[in-house]
Amino acid sequence: MSIADLQVGERGIISDIALDKIPLKLLEMGCLPGKEVELIQKAPLKDPLYIRVNGSHLAIRVETASQIAISKL
Amino acid sequence: MSKILKIALVGNPNTGKTSLFNQLTGLNQKVGNYPGITVDKKQGVCHLSDSVKAIITDLPGTYSINSTSADEDIVYNTLVDESNPDFPDVVVVVAEVENLKRNLFLFTQIKDLGIPTVLVINMADQMSRKGITINVSGLETDLDTKVLLVSARKKTGIASLKQVLLHYKDLNNKSLADISQRIDGHFFKRIKEALPQFSIYKSWLLITQKETNTFISPEEQKVISFFREKPDKIKKFQHKEAIFRYQVINEILKKNYTVDRKSGTDLRGRLDRILTHKIFGYVFFALILMIIFQSVFSWASIPMEWIDQSFSQLASYVQQQLPAGKFTDLIVEGVIPGIGGVLIFVPQIAILFLFVALLEETGYMSRVVFLMDKIMRKYGMSGKSVIPLVSGTACAIPAIMSSRNIESWRERLITILVVPFTTCSARIPVYAILISLIIPDKHYLGVFNLQGLTLLALYALGFVAAISSAYLLNKVLKIKSKSFFVIELPNYKIPSPKNIGITVLEKTKAFVLGAGRIILAISIVLWFLASNGGTDYTQAEQIVKKEYANTTLTPSELQTKIASYRIAHSYIGKIGKSIEPAIRPLGYDWKVGIALISSFAAREVFVGTLATIYSVEDSGNNTATIKERMQNEVDSVTGQKRFSFATGMSLLMFYAFAMQCMGTLATVKRETNSWKWPVLQLLGMGSLAYMVALITFQLLK
Repeated sequence: MSIADLQVGERGIISDIALDKIPLKLLEMGCLPGKEVELIQKAPLKDPLYIRVNGSHLAIRVETASQIAISKL
Repeated sequence: MSKILKIALVGNPNTGKTSLFNQLTGLNQKVGNYPGITVDKKQGVCHLSDSVKAIITDLPGTYSINSTSADEDIVYNTLVDESNPDFPDVVVVVAEVENLKRNLFLFTQIKDLGIPTVLVINMADQMSRKGITINVSGLETDLDTKVLLVSARKKTGIASLKQVLLHYKDLNNKSLADISQRIDGHFFKRIKEALPQFSIYKSWLLITQKETNTFISPEEQKVISFFREKPDKIKKFQHKEAIFRYQVINEILKKNYTVDRKSGTDLRGRLDRILTHKIFGYVFFALILMIIFQSVFSWASIPMEWIDQSFSQLASYVQQQLPAGKFTDLIVEGVIPGIGGVLIFVPQIAILFLFVALLEETGYMSRVVFLMDKIMRKYGMSGKSVIPLVSGTACAIPAIMSSRNIESWRERLITILVVPFTTCSARIPVYAILISLIIPDKHYLGVFNLQGLTLLALYALGFVAAISSAYLLNKVLKIKSKSFFVIELPNYKIPSPKNIGITVLEKTKAFVLGAGRIILAISIVLWFLASNGGTDYTQAEQIVKKEYANTTLTPSELQTKIASYRIAHSYIGKIGKSIEPAIRPLGYDWKVGIALISSFAAREVFVGTLATIYSVEDSGNNTATIKERMQNEVDSVTGQKRFSFATGMSLLMFYAFAMQCMGTLATVKRETNSWKWPVLQLLGMGSLAYMVALITFQLLK
């Protein structure tokens, strides 16, 4: 499953990232394998997603979120 | 001996970097030429001691030196190119106490470049409240530099920072996270051998940054492109680099940084639930927009009227004081109305900048981006396009510049192309005067003023035009680009009055000095063209006297006839007459034609131009306001009022759609790096304006 499959309030550990589909910026902000990620909120139209990872609060689009595989906590 | 030190401030967005910059430089700052180069290159002077001055550059906020946007390019270009005039002697990395980990990522990169680097941990006053303890001397040892706890808001730690900067030569320039061993020893050894003149990290950056680096030699460029041959491998290595850097950082923070996180509901969570709610979120945003527009009109109208009156009084006063002649004419008919024409926008622009700065400082703006992204994407734009579209109501030039943080080129281009449709403040004087001429000042249901409603409708028209052309461009444009949308949702903050004040002051000053120069120059050129001409012009008196030799005219009637003859045969009159056949179907005569032409430099010149033409014509009476003069103007062919309902509406439509601003065109050229897009804008919007105005006039006449 990926970040896009989380429900609001759920958390997961990042397991794998589709490198060519993910902006380097996201990795540099600490969105890396092994990090915990929490889905804080979805935008009213279900996209983008508001996540917390590595101490940062970020909004990313569903298409990006679906490229970040996680194992649910 | 006084040496001028060069210091660069670098840091993540929302770390209070600009607050620190303001503390260090006070009002001693200047924003790069505008509408010239970049608005973001902010520099200021700071006196470190009695004898040492420093020039501080506030670089745009970034998370990494690997640039993904036009804004971040500036950081890269300044820090990697040693021949850059702003290349610093010392870099101050501004970090924020709560998210030190992520801030240190950028710090390690800059340290690896081999520039002396100081770490400032800002917002230190919040440490105890957030349960954070930092071992500063431990951090200094591990990061191999000076670390300072600072609160830019509470003004603590600034003096120690100045001391450290004064003795920047004591700082070393060793790299911190040596990437050459940890990623692929063999590959990096080859780089080192091929490019011994650069540090290994600099070479790595030169390889990984896509655009050509103008500051290196063609031979070096060739070597670098050789290493770029396997993009997948490069990408993997960048990934490894990020992991490696975080390993180093985690190791350091484990020893020196502890957080005792108190669980409990935070302000951020509660506010976010309301402000990004599926209904209240949008209601709140709509409310904010209404407050902004309301204030722009009601608050700004008072100083604007005052400015208008003062300049018209000043003109008549100067005319009485100075001896009559060409010079006085230039001052009274060219320069003074020109300056007045610029200053009249200051209230509206300042208020709009005030609101934009408030929304940015509080952290609310990124919530709007979050709310609007999906909606904007339907039109080929990004949630981040909302900021340019809202700022566009003040002025398209800073609005287009604020599109720089949009990651996708396609989304950014569409935003840039449609922003000029939004009703910028330069259109307001044109709208205001035309509305007051053709729309009755009536009230409905006690509150709704017909003139106000018309203005509101024109605003709506601007947004509809922007959105629909974005929709169209989204369908037509063949450009493909990945949309790597990432935005940080920072903590909510109470805005600092000092920061807001300085932002508003600087931006307004930049507008007056930059755009103002163009407007003033055009006013003077216009005055010259209107008061000079060929032989017809110079012999106007004889020609008119001859023509009316058989009719008896009072001296003042004769003077008016001569003046009209003059303006018609001046250079500008000739230009206006030559385009008259093209604009007759829209309901305009050659005088309006002149105003249209001069508006292609900047829209607001319309009012000033008509004022200049009518005041040259009506030279006996300088105290009449522009509106009175326009009201009295009669069509020379039909004998009807010049600004009839049909003509007025047609003009309103023309100004709503036409691309009439050289400053904007120059900005689009610079931001898109091609003439293709500004020319497309000019022609596309121009023909749309012509058609709509034509239809409007033909239907209403």
